[in-house]
Amino acid sequence: MSAVHIENVHKSFGKLEVLKGVSLTVEAGQVVAIIGRSGSGKSTLLRCINGLETIQSGRIEVVGHTVTYTDEKLRALRKDVGIVFQSYNLFPHLTVGQNIMLAPRITKGVPKEEARAQAEKVLAQVGLSEKFDVYPDNLSGGQQQRVAIARSLAMQPKVMLFDEVTSALDPELTGEVLLVMEELARGGMTMLLVTHEMNFARSVADFTVFMHQGKVWEMGPSEELFSHPKTPELAAFVKSTLK
Amino acid sequence: MIESFGWPEFMFLVRATGWTLVLTVVAFLFGSIVGGAFAIMRLAQSRILRNVASVYILVIQSVPVLMVLFLSYYGLSLAGFDIPPLIAASLSLGIYVSAYLAEIWRGSIEAVPFQQWEASSSLAMTRGQQYRYVILPQALRISVPPTVGFLVQLVKNTSIVSVVGFVDLARAGQLINNATFQPFQVFGSVAVIYFLICFPLSRLSKHLEKVLHVGRTH
Repeated sequence: MSAVHIENVHKSFGKLEVLKGVSLTVEAGQVVAIIGRSGSGKSTLLRCINGLETIQSGRIEVVGHTVTYTDEKLRALRKDVGIVFQSYNLFPHLTVGQNIMLAPRITKGVPKEEARAQAEKVLAQVGLSEKFDVYPDNLSGGQQQRVAIARSLAMQPKVMLFDEVTSALDPELTGEVLLVMEELARGGMTMLLVTHEMNFARSVADFTVFMHQGKVWEMGPSEELFSHPKTPELAAFVKSTLK
Repeated sequence: MIESFGWPEFMFLVRATGWTLVLTVVAFLFGSIVGGAFAIMRLAQSRILRNVASVYILVIQSVPVLMVLFLSYYGLSLAGFDIPPLIAASLSLGIYVSAYLAEIWRGSIEAVPFQQWEASSSLAMTRGQQYRYVILPQALRISVPPTVGFLVQLVKNTSIVSVVGFVDLARAGQLINNATFQPFQVFGSVAVIYFLICFPLSRLSKHLEKVLHVGRTH
């Protein structure tokens, strides 16, 4: 069974249709990059996968959950699907450790000691063990984003979504975040990432999906897709990003 | 015989100050509980709850607190309930406070960035958990300055209760002035007492702002 199965999804914001029949299948352990110009619907598609956006028609299945918009179904889905945002969205009134331990403790009932051990483990995974008791305010953007990744990982998700996670970072800080993601990918995590980091997509993603005008315009193995675009739109896009 | 403003008169003012404080505290506590509930209702997912809260707030804010006071004191006693002035006064002021606190706190809750809702719901929290662990702690910090500001207003506005025969600080001042006819001494003392209550409150608000890091974005 595939980890993520998206079937003929349509999504509109009012009269504006942003997803016009999108289908996509991701197998467990695969890393899929979603690229495209702004307004192509790529972030919206990602947000539909954990139910942050509602779809008008079509079907989305994620690791055994059919995306359904009742509070209970959404919570069950979100225990298995982590998401990391462009703007980190850490809880500013909690320390790094508390940020990471909160959700496992209150939504899964993980005992305190176990949650702490788990938090220390994921924090080590993103290379920030020494920041356990620090407030997010006192971290750089790159460090905050790594904590956000750790916070998602502490829920032990089966699928991770990354929504332009390096777009708000200074160029010299993107590397540390991409490195963490690369290690996650190598560890076998199923990942979907919306990104503007073409080199990262090309070298780390198994597949890359090019979205254009609300549709999957072209997709294929990353290396091949970037070196031999079949559509003129993708060719133009790849060329414009190389500048 | 005209008395002069001396120690017994001053102690009368101090006792009346006690009643002003009692009234302020009771009205604020009652208003906080009701107002807190209405603030949450204003932001509820259910349209019915939202509308009920909006109408309540709109009506109370549009009616002078004096009318609420008359209604609860004269109206309810006409309806057969014998209501002591203290209860009528705290009830009406509490209702008045609840409508304003509901709006102040709704604003504070809405001032928490919506991404905090998204991040917490993406971590599978229930709406109750989101409020308790993520949204309200942040809203609380934002709400401190306007809430204390409103409390200072409330201390002074309690003087309205004298119309139903409740002897608070302002009313006590009037009574003593009628007996002594020394308005400068009497109302000067009354003003100083109000100042001694309100000034520390304002300072406390400043202090809390610092301690709670109000205004920092992250």
